[in-house]
Amino acid sequence: MKDQLLQDGKAVGDRMSRVDGRLKVTGGAKYSAEYELPGLVHGALVGSTVAKGRITSIDTKAAERAPGVLAVITHLNSPKVPGFAAKSNPDEPPAIGQPLRVFYDERIYFNDQPIAIVVADTLERARHAAGLVKAQYAAEAHQTNFEANKSKGFLPTQARRNPKSAQNDYTRGQADGYQSAPVKLEAEYWHESEMHHPMELQSIIAHWEAADRLTVYDKVQAVKGTQRAFAKDWGLPEQNVKVIATFVGGAFGNGLHNWPHETAAIIAAKVTGKPVKLMLTREQMFTMVGYRPKTWQRIAMGATKDGKLVGISHDSVGQTSTYEEFTESTVQQTRMMYAAPNVTTRYRILGLDVSTPIWMRGPGEATGAFALESAIDEMAHLIGMDPLEFRLRNHTDTDPEKNRPWSTKYLKECFQAGAERIGWNKRQMKPGSLREGDWLIGYGMGVGTFGANRGAAKARAALLADGTVLLQSATTDIGPGTGTAMVQIASDALGLPTDKIRFELGNSLFPQAPSQGGSSTVNTVGSAVNDACLALKKKLQELGGASFANVQPEQLTLADGQLGLKANGGPRLSFADLRKANNGQDVEVTVESKPSGDARQNYSMYSFSVHFAEVRVHTMTGEVRVTKMVSCADAGTIVNQKTAGSQMSGGAIGGIGMALTEGAVIDDRYGRYVTRDLASYHVPVHADAPPVEVFFVNKPDLLVDPLGTKGIGEIAIIGVAPAITNAIFNATGKRLRELPVTPDKVLLA
Amino acid sequence: MENEKPQPAPDCPGHNEARRTFLKQSSLLTALALAPGAVVRAAAAELDEKVAAAFEQVPLKLDVNGVKHKLSVEPRTTLLDLLREQLHLTGTKKGCDYGQCGACTVHVDGKRVNSCLTLAVMQDGRKITTIEGLANGDKLHPMQEAFIKHDGFQCGYCTPGQIMSAVACIREGHANSEGEIKEYMSGNICRCGAYPNIVAAIQEVRSGGQKV
Ligand code: FES
Ligand code: FES
Repeated sequence: MKDQLLQDGKAVGDRMSRVDGRLKVTGGAKYSAEYELPGLVHGALVGSTVAKGRITSIDTKAAERAPGVLAVITHLNSPKVPGFAAKSNPDEPPAIGQPLRVFYDERIYFNDQPIAIVVADTLERARHAAGLVKAQYAAEAHQTNFEANKSKGFLPTQARRNPKSAQNDYTRGQADGYQSAPVKLEAEYWHESEMHHPMELQSIIAHWEAADRLTVYDKVQAVKGTQRAFAKDWGLPEQNVKVIATFVGGAFGNGLHNWPHETAAIIAAKVTGKPVKLMLTREQMFTMVGYRPKTWQRIAMGATKDGKLVGISHDSVGQTSTYEEFTESTVQQTRMMYAAPNVTTRYRILGLDVSTPIWMRGPGEATGAFALESAIDEMAHLIGMDPLEFRLRNHTDTDPEKNRPWSTKYLKECFQAGAERIGWNKRQMKPGSLREGDWLIGYGMGVGTFGANRGAAKARAALLADGTVLLQSATTDIGPGTGTAMVQIASDALGLPTDKIRFELGNSLFPQAPSQGGSSTVNTVGSAVNDACLALKKKLQELGGASFANVQPEQLTLADGQLGLKANGGPRLSFADLRKANNGQDVEVTVESKPSGDARQNYSMYSFSVHFAEVRVHTMTGEVRVTKMVSCADAGTIVNQKTAGSQMSGGAIGGIGMALTEGAVIDDRYGRYVTRDLASYHVPVHADAPPVEVFFVNKPDLLVDPLGTKGIGEIAIIGVAPAITNAIFNATGKRLRELPVTPDKVLLA
Repeated sequence: MENEKPQPAPDCPGHNEARRTFLKQSSLLTALALAPGAVVRAAAAELDEKVAAAFEQVPLKLDVNGVKHKLSVEPRTTLLDLLREQLHLTGTKKGCDYGQCGACTVHVDGKRVNSCLTLAVMQDGRKITTIEGLANGDKLHPMQEAFIKHDGFQCGYCTPGQIMSAVACIREGHANSEGEIKEYMSGNICRCGAYPNIVAAIQEVRSGGQKV
């Protein structure tokens, strides 16, 4: 039978529906807490109630007596985790810190730190017994107040040790050269800590299949990284640790680190000899799995009256914990986004008695873009220029930081497409000019950028007996549609219809792939899949013998159940015959793929985005409604317009939360979050989400990878928050420099 | 500053204790009425937790996706945990456990309910439909088809709840405009932000006029 799909051209670029869509709409997709294992029992964590100090006693008797309880584990009776061995010199903190060692000793580093895990035969019994554990503490004075401690921010150790680290201070031209400009502004920007809050609560099932063999079903973004981390912790060979993350119910970065609850479950499984399931509560998602850190920023900017930037200085202090130095690229884009001759950046971190942050979608850059893109808008207003025009005047066609060309940059195309779609011509230069009844209307924009990264990955491709191709790589899919994109890439590489290709991920048994993070999965794993498919074709060609000897692999296709030429005529060989030539075995290859050549030394590689927002601000209540968003991206080749569009608009909606509603607030008297559920910490809901129009330039960047992709996940949110706050300014004349912009702030501004 | 005085927990779980005491007392009363003296003596002694546990099973009849179940559950078990942990119907998701996210939405006698907010024992004799029971065999429900077509999800974790809620939203007559859909779907959070696509899917099913 003739294969249909190929007649229509390429699979890449098609609006193909997700390969796992059916599983997701029927409840068939299994997330980490949803595996049935014989003898499975349940864990529940107990958290500390002080933010700093020591546990002086812990009473577990009542919990142990409670029905169904199998074990109550604390630092007093926990088996020692070999990798937790004490530091050689306890007085000197290690360079970048050490992840919290759960149940290691009596020290408390943050409020709600796990101090015990209760294991019982049912979830209800585990949870009830966890409430019976009573601890007493020698509390010490804690510091969770960012504002009060801001001056204690310090240069990250990695920067102090390595002069080449990007976290070091940076100057081009004159230090603080903005000061010489005729028009100057200085402004401070704040945002509260923001929580990832994926809908799936962080969950793990830990199972010791033998004394030296561990399997975890875990909500992570890196199965191989997790495998290595737990192998090291437990002194096991890597292959003795298996990590499964077939479906991940969102993560946005909080699956990029291994957290105390994971090891708590592994310890509990060791003690009880049974598989232990542990699902965090929504409160625990505030304290145990990272967040976008609260950050202070200051931008000082100088420009000429005709709109040329003279200089930008960008200072930032970001929150971290006392036991790990978390850093992110908050100030980096200020160095490369605009053609300013004088740029200075200084990045500091501040250790407080809180849990460690972790990268959250558009890490650092989303924070930095809020300050930079707000300040650009403020400067445009000061000199009386349209902020789009101001950006164009300071546009740069080479990277001013590294002094080299961009691999590709189509930001101007994004500006134009976005301005048309939002109706930028409706925007009035004078704030507060557009009004409908009690609503003021405004328009704003914000630019985003993120490195177009590509790493090394392996993929396996196998032609199976049923004529389908199976691909495997140990990447994960937290939602973008990785499997779908990989099938499309493979379809083009093989000349095989997409319904004859399967891509498997989320299993540490598969060939090495990095974490799903930093917008790099398609660049990295997609390239490996592409290479594996080409290698498979080459192997089939060899098996095909003499008749295929003089054919280029690119001319070959696997359509219609046979190896043949794309052009009509020529040799053909059925899959069955090829298998026969392979001694009846599956024909398979595993290849590693990584960036080659010196393109990465000679070019600067970035994705770019611009977001436009239309807002309405209520004059009496201060309520802000985002009524329309347009998000435009220069992200290289778009593999799937449908899923990429979803990723883009999903990022814009996440950005609405960042701008208007999301802020995790600590009561500094106790060092404990007062926002502790989804009723006190507000993520956007249906009613908050406007239509989001998405535009992709869709031009390949073949210097980044052979597919021409650059990455979407981060730029989808970077620049959204300032687009909204700039629109609020345009609507009201009020400049809001503290996120989230809740109605009270609008009214009081 | 070192403070050696033990600190009381600011959020000490007092309500749990009150509940336990109540259960113990009530099971003790039942025990006095029904049980032999040994049990009563055991209950009076420190073994009361275990005894209370023995009395904490309540019979329950449920029809779940057309399958009749005769169960015995603890009164504190939520419908959500019963479905996920005991019946292994994990299509219904837990996103908060507090009625704040909608991931756990199921139909009880055809109406949408947050299954984390209702105790299983309160549903005795009722008909429960979960995401696993929505399709007709291999043939997907029109809402499931529309979610696939419009890409009404990314990670897929909120999806079962969104779909169950979307079907109910149309049945209730609350899907007459984009604005109305958004209002009546706002109990279902999607952190991936698939909202516009979800609304498009609902609008298509609504205007398609198929029976939902
Ligand atoms: S789990 Fe029931 S509403 Fe969130
Ligand atoms: S699809 Fe991920 S939360 Fe909705």
